[in-house]
Amino acid sequence: MMPPTLAKSFHLLRVSIGTVLVSGFLSLLALVSLEAQENPYIVAYDHNLEEPGSLEVEYFSTFGTQRGGPGFHAFWGEFEYGATAWWTTEFYLDGQTTFDQSTLFTGFRWENRVRPLKREHLINPVLYVEFEDINEADKILKEIEGHDVEADQAVPNSISRQQVVREIELKLILSSNYKGWNFTENTLAVKNLSNQPWEFGYALGVSRPLAMKGAAHRCNFCPQHFIAGLEMYGGLGDRASFGLHDTSQYLAPGLVWNLPSGWTLRIEPTFGLNGNSHQFLLRWGVSYEISAFGRKVESLFKGRE
Amino acid sequence: MKFRGHRVTSVLLFTGLALALQAQDGNKEHGQKEKESIYAELEKVPEKERQKSNPLTKDPEAVAAGKVLFEEHCEECHGSGALGSKKAPSLRVSEVQNAAPGAIFWILTNGVVRKKMPVWSKLPEPQRWQLVSYIKSLGIAEQPAPGDPPAKP
Repeated sequence: MMPPTLAKSFHLLRVSIGTVLVSGFLSLLALVSLEAQENPYIVAYDHNLEEPGSLEVEYFSTFGTQRGGPGFHAFWGEFEYGATAWWTTEFYLDGQTTFDQSTLFTGFRWENRVRPLKREHLINPVLYVEFEDINEADKILKEIEGHDVEADQAVPNSISRQQVVREIELKLILSSNYKGWNFTENTLAVKNLSNQPWEFGYALGVSRPLAMKGAAHRCNFCPQHFIAGLEMYGGLGDRASFGLHDTSQYLAPGLVWNLPSGWTLRIEPTFGLNGNSHQFLLRWGVSYEISAFGRKVESLFKGRE
Repeated sequence: MKFRGHRVTSVLLFTGLALALQAQDGNKEHGQKEKESIYAELEKVPEKERQKSNPLTKDPEAVAAGKVLFEEHCEECHGSGALGSKKAPSLRVSEVQNAAPGAIFWILTNGVVRKKMPVWSKLPEPQRWQLVSYIKSLGIAEQPAPGDPPAKP
Protein backbone atom coordinates (compact mmCIF):
# COMPACT_ATOMS: atom_id res chain seq x y z
CA MET A 1 0.00 0.00 0.00
CA MET A 2 1.47 3.36 -1.04
CA PRO A 3 1.73 6.09 1.65
CA PRO A 4 -0.84 8.92 1.11
CA THR A 5 1.82 11.63 0.60
CA LEU A 6 3.58 9.58 -2.06
CA ALA A 7 0.28 8.80 -3.78
CA LYS A 8 -0.57 12.53 -3.79
CA SER A 9 2.84 13.31 -5.32
CA PHE A 10 2.27 10.75 -8.07
CA HIS A 11 -1.17 12.21 -8.72
CA LEU A 12 0.30 15.73 -9.00
CA LEU A 13 3.02 14.44 -11.32
CA ARG A 14 0.42 12.77 -13.55
CA VAL A 15 -1.69 15.96 -13.61
CA SER A 16 1.41 18.04 -14.48
CA ILE A 17 2.45 15.72 -17.29
CA GLY A 18 -1.12 15.69 -18.59
CA THR A 19 -1.27 19.50 -18.50
CA VAL A 20 2.02 19.79 -20.40
CA LEU A 21 0.86 17.28 -23.04
CA VAL A 22 -2.54 18.98 -23.51
CA SER A 23 -0.88 22.43 -23.66
CA GLY A 24 1.62 21.16 -26.20
CA PHE A 25 -1.15 19.67 -28.34
CA LEU A 26 -3.21 22.88 -28.20
CA SER A 27 -0.10 24.90 -29.16
CA LEU A 28 0.32 22.64 -32.19
CA LEU A 29 -3.29 23.25 -33.17
CA ALA A 30 -2.69 26.99 -32.94
CA LEU A 31 -0.15 26.72 -35.77
CA VAL A 32 -1.34 27.20 -39.30
CA SER A 33 -3.00 24.15 -40.79
CA LEU A 34 -3.93 23.40 -44.36
CA GLU A 35 -6.08 20.77 -45.94
CA ALA A 36 -4.20 17.56 -46.54
CA GLN A 37 -5.02 15.57 -49.66
CA GLU A 38 -4.45 12.07 -48.39
CA ASN A 39 -5.38 8.85 -50.09
CA PRO A 40 -7.35 6.28 -48.07
CA TYR A 41 -4.55 3.72 -47.91
CA ILE A 42 -3.35 2.55 -44.51
CA VAL A 43 -0.85 -0.07 -45.70
CA ALA A 44 0.04 0.92 -49.28
CA TYR A 45 2.02 4.07 -50.09
CA ASP A 46 1.64 6.31 -53.10
CA HIS A 47 4.21 8.75 -54.51
CA ASN A 48 2.65 11.83 -52.95
CA LEU A 49 5.06 13.06 -50.28
CA GLU A 50 4.50 15.46 -47.41
CA GLU A 51 4.79 19.15 -48.34
CA PRO A 52 8.18 20.58 -47.29
CA GLY A 53 8.18 21.91 -43.72
CA SER A 54 4.80 20.32 -42.89
CA LEU A 55 4.34 17.94 -39.99
CA GLU A 56 1.49 15.47 -39.99
CA VAL A 57 0.61 14.01 -36.61
CA GLU A 58 -1.35 10.79 -36.98
CA TYR A 59 -3.02 8.21 -34.78
CA PHE A 60 -4.10 4.86 -36.19
CA SER A 61 -5.95 1.99 -34.61
CA THR A 62 -6.56 -1.63 -35.59
CA PHE A 63 -9.14 -3.85 -33.90
CA GLY A 64 -8.50 -7.46 -34.77
CA THR A 65 -10.30 -10.75 -34.32
CA GLN A 66 -8.11 -13.69 -33.39
CA ARG A 67 -8.84 -17.38 -33.74
CA GLY A 68 -7.20 -19.42 -30.98
CA GLY A 69 -6.77 -16.41 -28.71
CA PRO A 70 -8.26 -13.14 -27.49
CA GLY A 71 -8.89 -10.23 -29.87
CA PHE A 72 -6.66 -7.17 -29.79
CA HIS A 73 -6.49 -3.45 -30.31
CA ALA A 74 -3.19 -2.30 -31.81
CA PHE A 75 -2.43 1.41 -32.15
CA TRP A 76 0.35 3.61 -33.37
CA GLY A 77 1.29 7.27 -33.49
CA GLU A 78 2.99 8.68 -36.54
CA PHE A 79 4.95 11.90 -37.01
CA GLU A 80 5.42 12.55 -40.70
CA TYR A 81 7.63 15.44 -41.72
CA GLY A 82 8.38 16.84 -45.16
CA ALA A 83 12.13 17.49 -44.93
CA THR A 84 12.18 18.59 -48.58
CA ALA A 85 9.79 18.30 -51.53
CA TRP A 86 11.53 15.02 -52.46
CA TRP A 87 12.18 13.52 -48.98
CA THR A 88 9.67 12.64 -46.25
CA THR A 89 10.75 11.18 -42.94
CA GLU A 90 8.46 9.49 -40.41
CA PHE A 91 8.71 8.29 -36.83
CA TYR A 92 6.28 5.73 -35.39
CA LEU A 93 5.50 4.61 -31.86
CA ASP A 94 3.61 1.31 -31.64
CA GLY A 95 1.53 -0.30 -28.91
CA GLN A 96 -1.24 -2.80 -28.38
CA THR A 97 -3.83 -4.14 -25.99
CA THR A 98 -4.61 -7.83 -26.11
CA PHE A 99 -7.95 -8.32 -24.40
CA ASP A 100 -7.75 -10.23 -21.10
CA GLN A 101 -3.95 -9.89 -21.17
CA SER A 102 -2.15 -6.54 -21.10
CA THR A 103 -1.43 -3.23 -22.80
CA LEU A 104 2.13 -2.58 -23.83
CA PHE A 105 4.45 -0.40 -25.86
CA THR A 106 5.88 -2.56 -28.63
CA GLY A 107 8.57 -0.39 -30.20
CA PHE A 108 9.35 2.29 -32.73
CA ARG A 109 9.98 2.64 -36.44
CA TRP A 110 11.77 5.26 -38.48
CA GLU A 111 11.08 5.42 -42.18
CA ASN A 112 12.22 7.56 -45.07
CA ARG A 113 10.72 8.02 -48.50
CA VAL A 114 12.71 9.59 -51.32
CA ARG A 115 11.46 10.59 -54.73
CA PRO A 116 14.38 10.16 -57.17
CA LEU A 117 12.77 11.72 -60.26
CA LYS A 118 12.20 15.44 -60.47
CA ARG A 119 9.06 15.41 -62.53
CA GLU A 120 5.74 13.62 -62.70
CA HIS A 121 5.73 10.57 -64.95
CA LEU A 122 3.19 7.95 -65.92
CA ILE A 123 4.77 5.70 -63.26
CA ASN A 124 6.51 7.45 -60.40
CA PRO A 125 9.03 5.51 -58.31
CA VAL A 126 9.66 6.27 -54.64
CA LEU A 127 12.39 4.55 -52.62
CA TYR A 128 11.52 3.61 -49.07
CA VAL A 129 13.85 2.61 -46.22
CA GLU A 130 12.66 1.77 -42.71
CA PHE A 131 14.38 0.70 -39.52
CA GLU A 132 12.24 -1.11 -36.95
CA ASP A 133 13.05 -1.78 -33.32
CA ILE A 134 9.98 -3.64 -32.07
CA ASN A 135 9.13 -6.82 -30.22
CA GLU A 136 7.16 -9.85 -31.34
CA ALA A 137 4.07 -8.55 -29.48
CA ASP A 138 3.67 -5.82 -32.12
CA LYS A 139 0.28 -6.26 -33.83
CA ILE A 140 -0.22 -3.12 -35.91
CA LEU A 141 0.04 -5.19 -39.11
CA LYS A 142 1.30 -2.15 -40.98
CA GLU A 143 2.88 -4.44 -43.48
CA ILE A 144 2.47 -8.14 -44.11
CA GLU A 145 5.59 -9.96 -45.17
CA GLY A 146 7.11 -13.41 -45.55
CA HIS A 147 5.03 -16.10 -43.90
CA ASP A 148 3.26 -13.83 -41.39
CA VAL A 149 0.06 -15.62 -40.37
CA GLU A 150 -2.77 -15.07 -37.89
CA ALA A 151 -1.41 -17.69 -35.47
CA ASP A 152 1.69 -15.49 -34.87
CA GLN A 153 -0.52 -13.09 -32.91
CA ALA A 154 -1.97 -15.81 -30.67
CA VAL A 155 1.22 -16.00 -28.58
CA PRO A 156 0.57 -14.41 -25.15
CA ASN A 157 2.04 -10.93 -24.61
CA SER A 158 4.12 -12.13 -21.67
CA ILE A 159 6.10 -14.39 -24.03
CA SER A 160 6.06 -12.47 -27.30
CA ARG A 161 7.21 -9.18 -25.76
CA GLN A 162 10.53 -10.76 -24.77
CA GLN A 163 11.59 -11.34 -28.36
CA VAL A 164 13.14 -8.15 -29.79
CA VAL A 165 13.02 -7.69 -33.57
CA ARG A 166 15.30 -5.29 -35.39
CA GLU A 167 14.62 -5.10 -39.10
CA ILE A 168 15.51 -3.10 -42.15
CA GLU A 169 12.65 -2.81 -44.60
CA LEU A 170 13.04 -1.69 -48.20
CA LYS A 171 10.20 -0.82 -50.54
CA LEU A 172 9.91 0.14 -54.14
CA ILE A 173 6.76 2.22 -54.54
CA LEU A 174 5.44 2.64 -58.08
CA SER A 175 2.50 4.99 -58.27
CA SER A 176 0.47 6.82 -60.93
CA ASN A 177 -2.07 9.60 -60.86
CA TYR A 178 -4.23 9.35 -63.94
CA LYS A 179 -7.52 11.18 -64.64
CA GLY A 180 -8.11 11.64 -60.91
CA TRP A 181 -7.39 7.99 -60.10
CA ASN A 182 -4.39 6.83 -58.13
CA PHE A 183 -2.87 3.41 -58.79
CA THR A 184 -0.05 2.21 -56.61
CA GLU A 185 2.05 -0.92 -56.27
CA ASN A 186 4.50 -1.53 -53.43
CA THR A 187 7.05 -4.34 -53.38
CA LEU A 188 8.76 -4.87 -50.05
CA ALA A 189 11.79 -6.78 -48.82
CA VAL A 190 12.50 -7.11 -45.11
CA LYS A 191 15.71 -8.26 -43.43
CA ASN A 192 15.74 -9.19 -39.78
CA LEU A 193 19.18 -8.14 -38.61
CA SER A 194 19.59 -11.29 -36.51
CA ASN A 195 20.54 -13.57 -39.39
CA GLN A 196 17.06 -14.35 -40.75
CA PRO A 197 16.37 -14.74 -44.47
CA TRP A 198 14.98 -11.87 -46.56
CA GLU A 199 11.18 -11.80 -46.50
CA PHE A 200 8.95 -10.36 -49.19
CA GLY A 201 5.52 -8.82 -49.49
CA TYR A 202 3.38 -6.54 -51.63
CA ALA A 203 0.60 -3.99 -51.44
CA LEU A 204 -1.65 -2.73 -54.22
CA GLY A 205 -3.99 0.24 -54.07
CA VAL A 206 -6.47 2.15 -56.19
CA SER A 207 -8.40 5.27 -55.19
CA ARG A 208 -10.45 8.13 -56.59
CA PRO A 209 -12.08 11.27 -55.15
CA LEU A 210 -15.88 11.30 -55.14
CA ALA A 211 -15.79 14.52 -57.19
CA MET A 212 -13.17 15.79 -59.59
CA LYS A 213 -13.98 19.49 -59.45
CA GLY A 214 -13.65 21.67 -56.40
CA ALA A 215 -16.71 23.46 -55.04
CA ALA A 216 -17.00 27.23 -55.43
CA HIS A 217 -17.49 27.69 -51.69
CA ARG A 218 -15.74 26.40 -48.58
CA CYS A 219 -17.42 23.28 -47.27
CA ASN A 220 -16.64 20.27 -45.15
CA PHE A 221 -19.01 17.79 -46.78
CA CYS A 222 -18.32 18.55 -50.46
CA PRO A 223 -17.63 15.30 -52.32
CA GLN A 224 -14.12 16.33 -53.42
CA HIS A 225 -13.02 16.00 -49.78
CA PHE A 226 -13.86 12.27 -49.78
CA ILE A 227 -11.64 9.73 -51.51
CA ALA A 228 -12.67 6.09 -51.76
CA GLY A 229 -10.21 3.33 -52.39
CA LEU A 230 -9.35 -0.31 -52.21
CA GLU A 231 -6.11 -1.95 -51.17
CA MET A 232 -4.88 -5.49 -51.25
CA TYR A 233 -1.76 -6.73 -49.52
CA GLY A 234 -0.04 -9.83 -48.28
CA GLY A 235 3.12 -11.85 -47.89
CA LEU A 236 5.18 -13.41 -50.65
CA GLY A 237 7.25 -15.82 -48.58
CA ASP A 238 10.96 -15.54 -48.01
CA ARG A 239 14.21 -16.18 -49.85
CA ALA A 240 14.09 -19.90 -49.05
CA SER A 241 10.43 -20.42 -49.99
CA PHE A 242 9.12 -17.67 -52.22
CA GLY A 243 5.43 -17.69 -53.16
CA LEU A 244 1.93 -17.42 -51.78
CA HIS A 245 1.83 -20.68 -49.80
CA ASP A 246 1.59 -20.23 -46.02
CA THR A 247 1.07 -16.50 -46.33
CA SER A 248 -1.78 -14.22 -45.27
CA GLN A 249 -3.63 -12.01 -47.74
CA TYR A 250 -6.04 -9.12 -47.16
CA LEU A 251 -8.52 -6.98 -49.08
CA ALA A 252 -9.55 -3.63 -47.64
CA PRO A 253 -11.99 -1.03 -48.99
CA GLY A 254 -11.37 2.38 -47.42
CA LEU A 255 -12.63 5.93 -47.26
CA VAL A 256 -10.80 9.09 -46.29
CA TRP A 257 -12.30 12.47 -45.44
CA ASN A 258 -9.86 15.37 -45.89
CA LEU A 259 -11.28 18.32 -43.99
CA PRO A 260 -10.29 21.85 -45.04
CA SER A 261 -9.27 22.53 -41.41
CA GLY A 262 -6.31 20.17 -41.75
CA TRP A 263 -7.92 17.12 -40.12
CA THR A 264 -8.10 13.82 -41.97
CA LEU A 265 -10.21 10.83 -40.97
CA ARG A 266 -9.78 7.34 -42.43
CA ILE A 267 -11.71 4.11 -42.02
CA GLU A 268 -10.88 0.75 -43.54
CA PRO A 269 -12.63 -2.55 -42.78
CA THR A 270 -10.23 -5.33 -43.75
CA PHE A 271 -11.07 -8.88 -44.72
CA GLY A 272 -8.77 -11.89 -44.68
CA LEU A 273 -8.69 -13.75 -47.99
CA ASN A 274 -7.40 -17.12 -46.80
CA GLY A 275 -7.27 -19.34 -43.74
CA ASN A 276 -3.92 -17.90 -42.58
CA SER A 277 -5.32 -14.37 -42.37
CA HIS A 278 -7.26 -12.65 -39.60
CA GLN A 279 -10.90 -12.95 -40.61
CA PHE A 280 -11.62 -9.28 -39.92
CA LEU A 281 -9.69 -6.16 -38.94
CA LEU A 282 -11.20 -2.74 -38.44
CA ARG A 283 -8.72 0.03 -39.03
CA TRP A 284 -9.27 3.73 -38.58
CA GLY A 285 -7.07 6.77 -38.22
CA VAL A 286 -7.12 10.47 -37.53
CA SER A 287 -4.42 12.92 -38.51
CA TYR A 288 -3.74 16.62 -38.40
CA GLU A 289 -1.43 18.47 -40.73
CA ILE A 290 0.57 21.39 -39.38
CA SER A 291 1.90 23.54 -42.16
CA ALA A 292 5.19 25.45 -41.79
CA PHE A 293 6.06 23.43 -38.68
CA GLY A 294 9.77 23.49 -39.54
CA ARG A 295 9.75 27.29 -39.81
CA LYS A 296 7.97 27.65 -36.46
CA VAL A 297 10.50 25.39 -34.74
CA GLU A 298 13.35 27.23 -36.42
CA SER A 299 12.02 30.58 -35.17
CA LEU A 300 12.12 29.30 -31.59
CA PHE A 301 15.89 28.90 -31.75
CA LYS A 302 17.04 31.93 -33.68
CA GLY A 303 17.56 35.46 -32.42
CA ARG A 304 15.70 38.52 -33.51
CA GLU A 305 16.77 39.93 -36.86
CA MET B 1 24.47 -7.54 -27.33
CA LYS B 2 21.43 -5.60 -26.14
CA PHE B 3 23.61 -2.52 -25.44
CA ARG B 4 25.06 -2.72 -28.96
CA GLY B 5 21.59 -2.78 -30.50
CA HIS B 6 20.55 0.37 -28.66
CA ARG B 7 23.78 2.09 -29.70
CA VAL B 8 23.12 1.29 -33.36
CA THR B 9 19.55 2.57 -32.99
CA SER B 10 20.74 5.81 -31.38
CA VAL B 11 23.30 6.40 -34.12
CA LEU B 12 20.67 5.83 -36.82
CA LEU B 13 18.18 8.22 -35.24
CA PHE B 14 20.81 10.90 -34.62
CA THR B 15 22.01 10.65 -38.23
CA GLY B 16 18.46 11.00 -39.50
CA LEU B 17 17.77 14.05 -37.38
CA ALA B 18 21.03 15.68 -38.48
CA LEU B 19 20.24 15.02 -42.16
CA ALA B 20 16.71 16.43 -41.84
CA LEU B 21 18.04 19.60 -40.19
CA GLN B 22 20.77 19.88 -42.82
CA ALA B 23 18.12 19.70 -45.53
CA GLN B 24 16.26 22.57 -43.87
CA ASP B 25 19.46 24.66 -43.60
CA GLY B 26 20.20 24.05 -47.23
CA ASN B 27 16.75 25.25 -48.16
CA LYS B 28 17.22 28.43 -46.13
CA GLU B 29 20.58 29.36 -47.65
CA HIS B 30 19.34 29.04 -51.18
CA GLY B 31 15.90 30.50 -50.52
CA GLN B 32 16.36 33.80 -52.35
CA LYS B 33 18.12 32.23 -55.34
CA GLU B 34 15.36 29.66 -55.60
CA LYS B 35 12.73 32.37 -55.50
CA GLU B 36 14.40 34.17 -58.39
CA SER B 37 15.04 31.11 -60.50
CA ILE B 38 11.64 29.55 -59.94
CA TYR B 39 10.10 31.85 -62.56
CA ALA B 40 12.68 30.48 -64.99
CA GLU B 41 11.01 27.08 -64.63
CA LEU B 42 8.11 28.44 -66.69
CA GLU B 43 10.50 28.79 -69.60
CA LYS B 44 11.38 25.10 -69.37
CA VAL B 45 7.83 23.86 -69.91
CA PRO B 46 7.68 21.65 -73.04
CA GLU B 47 5.98 23.39 -75.96
CA LYS B 48 3.33 20.70 -76.28
CA GLU B 49 2.28 21.21 -72.67
CA ARG B 50 2.36 24.99 -73.02
CA GLN B 51 -0.14 24.75 -75.89
CA LYS B 52 -2.76 23.05 -73.75
CA SER B 53 -5.79 25.25 -73.26
CA ASN B 54 -7.80 25.54 -70.07
CA PRO B 55 -10.95 23.39 -70.53
CA LEU B 56 -12.73 25.40 -67.81
CA THR B 57 -12.46 28.80 -69.49
CA LYS B 58 -16.24 28.97 -69.88
CA ASP B 59 -17.01 27.54 -66.45
CA PRO B 60 -18.45 30.44 -64.42
CA GLU B 61 -17.48 28.80 -61.14
CA ALA B 62 -13.88 27.95 -62.03
CA VAL B 63 -12.33 31.11 -60.57
CA ALA B 64 -14.33 30.92 -57.32
CA ALA B 65 -13.51 27.23 -56.91
CA GLY B 66 -9.87 27.94 -57.70
CA LYS B 67 -9.81 30.60 -54.99
CA VAL B 68 -11.04 28.08 -52.41
CA LEU B 69 -8.44 25.55 -53.55
CA PHE B 70 -5.72 28.19 -53.47
CA GLU B 71 -6.61 29.12 -49.88
CA GLU B 72 -6.60 25.45 -48.87
CA HIS B 73 -3.37 24.37 -50.56
CA CYS B 74 -1.25 27.28 -51.78
CA GLU B 75 -1.81 30.38 -49.67
CA GLU B 76 0.44 29.24 -46.83
CA CYS B 77 3.49 29.52 -49.12
CA HIS B 78 2.45 31.96 -51.85
CA GLY B 79 0.74 34.34 -49.44
CA SER B 80 -2.66 35.97 -49.34
CA GLY B 81 -3.82 36.98 -52.80
CA ALA B 82 -0.78 35.11 -54.23
CA LEU B 83 1.43 38.13 -53.45
CA GLY B 84 4.26 35.92 -52.22
CA SER B 85 5.90 35.32 -48.85
CA LYS B 86 9.28 34.34 -47.46
CA LYS B 87 8.55 30.75 -48.48
CA ALA B 88 7.51 31.17 -52.09
CA PRO B 89 7.41 33.89 -54.73
CA SER B 90 4.52 36.10 -55.82
CA LEU B 91 2.32 34.78 -58.60
CA ARG B 92 1.20 38.33 -59.43
CA VAL B 93 4.25 39.10 -61.56
CA SER B 94 4.34 39.32 -65.33
CA GLU B 95 6.30 36.07 -65.71
CA VAL B 96 3.37 34.14 -64.24
CA GLN B 97 0.47 36.28 -65.38
CA ASN B 98 1.69 36.36 -68.98
CA ALA B 99 2.56 32.67 -69.00
CA ALA B 100 0.38 30.29 -70.99
CA PRO B 101 -2.28 28.50 -68.88
CA GLY B 102 -0.75 25.20 -69.98
CA ALA B 103 2.62 26.24 -68.55
CA ILE B 104 1.13 27.02 -65.12
CA PHE B 105 -0.82 23.75 -65.23
CA TRP B 106 2.40 21.89 -66.04
CA ILE B 107 4.24 23.48 -63.09
CA LEU B 108 1.36 22.51 -60.78
CA THR B 109 1.41 18.95 -62.09
CA ASN B 110 5.17 18.44 -61.93
CA GLY B 111 6.18 20.77 -59.13
CA VAL B 112 9.72 22.08 -58.88
CA VAL B 113 10.78 19.59 -56.23
CA ARG B 114 14.43 20.66 -56.10
CA LYS B 115 13.21 24.18 -55.27
CA LYS B 116 10.62 23.24 -52.63
CA MET B 117 7.55 23.48 -54.88
CA PRO B 118 5.64 20.22 -54.28
CA VAL B 119 4.04 18.12 -56.97
CA TRP B 120 0.26 18.73 -57.03
CA SER B 121 -0.68 15.86 -59.30
CA LYS B 122 -2.61 14.45 -56.35
CA LEU B 123 -5.26 17.05 -57.09
CA PRO B 124 -7.45 15.84 -59.97
CA GLU B 125 -6.90 17.64 -63.29
CA PRO B 126 -10.10 19.74 -63.10
CA GLN B 127 -9.01 21.13 -59.72
CA ARG B 128 -5.59 22.04 -61.12
CA TRP B 129 -7.30 23.87 -64.00
CA GLN B 130 -9.52 25.66 -61.47
CA LEU B 131 -6.34 26.83 -59.74
CA VAL B 132 -4.96 28.05 -63.08
CA SER B 133 -8.20 29.96 -63.70
CA TYR B 134 -7.93 31.68 -60.32
CA ILE B 135 -4.22 32.52 -60.65
CA LYS B 136 -4.72 33.98 -64.11
CA SER B 137 -7.70 36.01 -62.90
CA LEU B 138 -5.58 37.88 -60.36
CA GLY B 139 -3.55 39.97 -62.77
CA ILE B 140 -0.22 41.67 -62.20
CA ALA B 141 0.14 43.35 -58.81
CA GLU B 142 1.19 47.01 -58.95
CA GLN B 143 3.73 46.57 -56.14
CA PRO B 144 5.60 43.32 -55.64
CA ALA B 145 5.50 41.90 -52.12
CA PRO B 146 8.50 42.74 -49.90
CA GLY B 147 11.38 40.36 -50.47
CA ASP B 148 10.21 39.35 -53.94
CA PRO B 149 12.38 39.94 -57.00
CA PRO B 150 11.11 42.83 -59.11
CA ALA B 151 8.94 41.89 -62.05
CA LYS B 152 10.68 41.99 -65.43
CA PRO B 153 9.05 44.23 -68.03
